[in-house]
Amino acid sequence: MRQSLSNEKRFSGPLVEITQLNAGYDGETILDDINLNIEREDFIGLIGPNGGGKTTLLKVILGLLPPKKGTVRVMGESPQQARRYIGYVPQFTVYDSDFPISVRDVVRMGRLGPARLFKPYTAHDDAIVNERLDWVELGDQKDRALSELSGGQRQRVYIARALAGEPELLLLDEPTISVDVEARTHIYDLLHKINELGVTILLVSHDLNVISSYVKTIGCLNRTLHYHGEKQVTAEMLKTGYNCPVDLIAHGLPHRVLAEHEGR
Amino acid sequence: MIEMLSYGFMRNALLAGVLVSLACGVIGTLVVLKRMVFISGGVAHTAYGGVGLAFYLGVNPILGAITFSLAASLLMGYIQRKTRQRPDTLIGVMWAIGMAIGIIFADLTPGYKADLMSYLFGSILAVTSTDLWLMLIVDVIVVVVVALFFKEFQATSFDETFARARNLPVDLLYIILITMIGLSVVMLMRVVGLIMIIALLTVPAAIGAMFLKHMGKIMWLATGLSLVFTTGGLILSYFFNLTSGATIILVSGTAYLISLLVRRLCKRCPE
Repeated sequence: MRQSLSNEKRFSGPLVEITQLNAGYDGETILDDINLNIEREDFIGLIGPNGGGKTTLLKVILGLLPPKKGTVRVMGESPQQARRYIGYVPQFTVYDSDFPISVRDVVRMGRLGPARLFKPYTAHDDAIVNERLDWVELGDQKDRALSELSGGQRQRVYIARALAGEPELLLLDEPTISVDVEARTHIYDLLHKINELGVTILLVSHDLNVISSYVKTIGCLNRTLHYHGEKQVTAEMLKTGYNCPVDLIAHGLPHRVLAEHEGR
Repeated sequence: MIEMLSYGFMRNALLAGVLVSLACGVIGTLVVLKRMVFISGGVAHTAYGGVGLAFYLGVNPILGAITFSLAASLLMGYIQRKTRQRPDTLIGVMWAIGMAIGIIFADLTPGYKADLMSYLFGSILAVTSTDLWLMLIVDVIVVVVVALFFKEFQATSFDETFARARNLPVDLLYIILITMIGLSVVMLMRVVGLIMIIALLTVPAAIGAMFLKHMGKIMWLATGLSLVFTTGGLILSYFFNLTSGATIILVSGTAYLISLLVRRLCKRCPE
């Protein structure tokens, strides 16, 4: 059930190349001198405090926010051109959970695009929609109204919607922010599976405890980015003044992600 | 009943009810789901400035209303989306200025001005066949455009960020929608008057959204409800000799309150 990756597979460099990026709103700088290469089939977890620029970084990669400085290339193209390779799962809070819509119609949105104006959904679209709903284990829920689902189920619907566009890269913004522990584990298990199907994943969250057991590499984002393509949270990342979620040190980490260093 | 239908103006009024119901159901649903109720009210009231100006210049008030309504739609739409500082305040101010312009031009116009009131409170009984043709044109535009872009309007109403990430022309769709709101407002102005437009535009769709979980079905139900409200209100106003616009609104308002009640009760009892 490996995903039918789109024709552009010949592009061989990093999926995303960000160099010396500076971005923010109006006069305010939220991201400062960010350098990041996202390699194919990676599963990156970026942690950082709220307001640290996690959502902003995703918006820049999607071309929803133009950089003030620096360059962003996605599959060698500008972010606006490359949007079709990206599946986006925005933060939970942006939805009206009462909106009258069926699960199937939400996932179908992932098939939309400028080329689809004036054209109704096809049988091919619906085949992909059904397959993606199966991936997130909601195949039997497609005729239900979105508002009748639990928070965790709804989040899986949004993941299926993002996957319906047959993306190379999946961007997730705090996918587990308002769901219970069980649903959270379920979502991470699914993401792990989806990653193994060949979809590269960039996930941002303020919750390192959970993501550490699933991701392949970890970075820390708080205005500046500490990312070395490794699955270890280094002392440098947590350095005083850096302000990453220090409470993670207090909790027992499920897997060893903290590097050894004196003073602990 | 039969006697009522023997009047030409009554037949026109009932037909007007049918025609506005379609626009109400379709556009009203998008207004409610996209949370554009306030901006629609702003457009309606600003259009009064156009009515006053048209009276002053001695041209067809509908022409003035359409011009102002479309200009207000586009300006308010721009403000709503591009201004970071309190768009609702700016829209509220334009709302009042539009009304004031209408009243001042009415003052400056010599002669009998009772007709200006009909734009405030509606005059479904005075609908002419020209009005009916205009309404039909608006209906056709609204239905064709919404049918063409249904899935895109659904996507932008539900989640604009995602729609943008899918490269949909989100801003263009917004402009198209708000232009249709402007046109619908002008046609509703004839029926219930601009002060009460908001109710007829939102109540049927709001009731629909309480009970149905599909945007297209809500549009149909809202159209049906709107037809019941306009026709019912019209008949009641005929038999009790009441102002038709206000009666239509009170019928819709009552239905809305009953629906809220039913909805509450239904939530408590297990389906």
